[in-house]
Amino acid sequence: MNIGKDLVAASATPLVLAILAEEEFHGYAILGRVSELSGGALQWTDGMLYPVLHRLEKQGFIEGTWGRSEAGRRRKSYRITALGRAHLAEQRAQWEAVDETLRSVWNALAVAPFKLAIAPFAHAVAPFTPREAFP
Amino acid sequence: MNDPAVQSPLEEQIDQWKAYLRSRRAIHGSDIEELEDHLRERISALVESGLDPDEAFLIAVKRMGALDTLSQEFAREHSERLWKQLVVPTTGADPSTSGLGREGWIALGLAVAAGVTIKLPDLLGFLPAEGVDRFYARNAPLLVLPFLTAYFLWKRGTEVVRWLPLAAAFIGAMLVVNLYPYSPDGSTETLTFLHLPIALWLAIGIAYTGEEWRLSARRMDFVRFSGEFFIYYVLIALGGGVLTAFTLGVFESIGVNAEWLAQGWIIPCGAAGAVLVSAWLVEAKQSVVENMAPVLARIFTPLFTLILLGFLATMVWTGQGIDVERDVLIAFDLLLAVVLGLLLYSISARDPEAPAGFFDILLLTLVVSALLVDIVALAAIAARISDFGFTPNRVAALGENTLLLINLAWSAWLYLRFVRGRGTFLAIERWQTAYLPLFALWAAIVVLAFPPLFGWR
Repeated sequence: MNIGKDLVAASATPLVLAILAEEEFHGYAILGRVSELSGGALQWTDGMLYPVLHRLEKQGFIEGTWGRSEAGRRRKSYRITALGRAHLAEQRAQWEAVDETLRSVWNALAVAPFKLAIAPFAHAVAPFTPREAFP
Repeated sequence: MNDPAVQSPLEEQIDQWKAYLRSRRAIHGSDIEELEDHLRERISALVESGLDPDEAFLIAVKRMGALDTLSQEFAREHSERLWKQLVVPTTGADPSTSGLGREGWIALGLAVAAGVTIKLPDLLGFLPAEGVDRFYARNAPLLVLPFLTAYFLWKRGTEVVRWLPLAAAFIGAMLVVNLYPYSPDGSTETLTFLHLPIALWLAIGIAYTGEEWRLSARRMDFVRFSGEFFIYYVLIALGGGVLTAFTLGVFESIGVNAEWLAQGWIIPCGAAGAVLVSAWLVEAKQSVVENMAPVLARIFTPLFTLILLGFLATMVWTGQGIDVERDVLIAFDLLLAVVLGLLLYSISARDPEAPAGFFDILLLTLVVSALLVDIVALAAIAARISDFGFTPNRVAALGENTLLLINLAWSAWLYLRFVRGRGTFLAIERWQTAYLPLFALWAAIVVLAFPPLFGWR
């Protein structure tokens, strides 16, 4: 399954902030962590991560520092700031609200087809139907 | 690891990829480093999983995403960079250091030198007792433009041997304008003021195009440079006007008259230095933002076409001929020069491969209507000259008119062929660039030959 572009874009900010809230990472490692966490379902075009990182840095949610990799290359790694944590908390609340709403809709949908299918026989089978299936 | 002697194919590929990134204006040196680190890490992970380096490189680049989309994303996040790059040239610059860069300092140094040189005749007591304004009008281009020429000679890495003819031209011009016995307030002297900068612009062009002065494409670059230079200079001049007004106002509020400062120093030194600064800005931001001159040409081409067509229609409708006033010839020269400018800058921004479109037809209409208007004016002026004889002004203006008329007439012909699909756009471009030196040569003739020919009057 591939997740659509809009959803990938929308989830980028909370995901990057959450990953950096775990520990300090550089760009490549963030991408590794994303595919690890999503089991490969969330595919980012590698290059697109960097504009996102730079935006978050400009907004003050994360800060980048130049260091050296083991191979001796210059490498920039990012860590979350206090402002970033606050933003993450807010984003999290929003996403949880969205998630909760979706969940209740999914639940309703999961029950509905069953209800429709047995509707014609409902009066006949009603006594035999467990109550929980007809909320 | 970047030792060129032991560079592997993979390193070469990575270098090439970096060069592509570098050509994108929104992606900076430090971004490239960051992306390169990422690319290398991806490659080594892929190699570890069993791919050979070539394959690993291809996949890593593909995963990085299309360059266009990537640079768009960077541009969206860093829109301010497009402006920053106006002042800070980024080619080869170390990402950790910012500022003017070597070229900026040299340009600034030359600007200061030009500003000081313009005051030298005054400081050293060379100024004539009378006619200071006329002295400066003759000499100002000669005091400033050598620095601009030197800037381009330095920038193009021209050999010193090739500096000599240009230096000789400047020295020769300096001798001519100061030794010719112009009669006071004579018109040949006024013509010199107007034509000397045009003639010297050829020297700038030679320095600008360097060793490739024969190439049509390089000459077109110089045309682009001239247009952008003019726009920058006007903008800086406007800013300078504000600075001057502010200086005068502020000092006046404490009862000190700062006119000597403004007139004696800020205006002349600023005007001289701004020449170098404008040139450097044009060079520094080359291909960074869309050039302004073609944009202006696009805006004004339809408007000028409308006005000219309206003028012709009204003239036919009312049957009224052109009333030949004293300056009317100059006015029509200017009209042709403007039309030529619109044509040149529209050409300079056009993709020569593209087929003829609506704008080309519009441009052709503009050129043809300008030609018609000019022919009507020339007929009227010819009558006046046959009545009142030749003067230096009339001959100079007539020469310019003829030059512009030939240029535009042939351009119209080539354009017509192009619009009808019989000729190429390249032919128009070649014609224009080949013609350019003639304007400077005519200006040189006016400066050198007119005063003796017309008895210095």
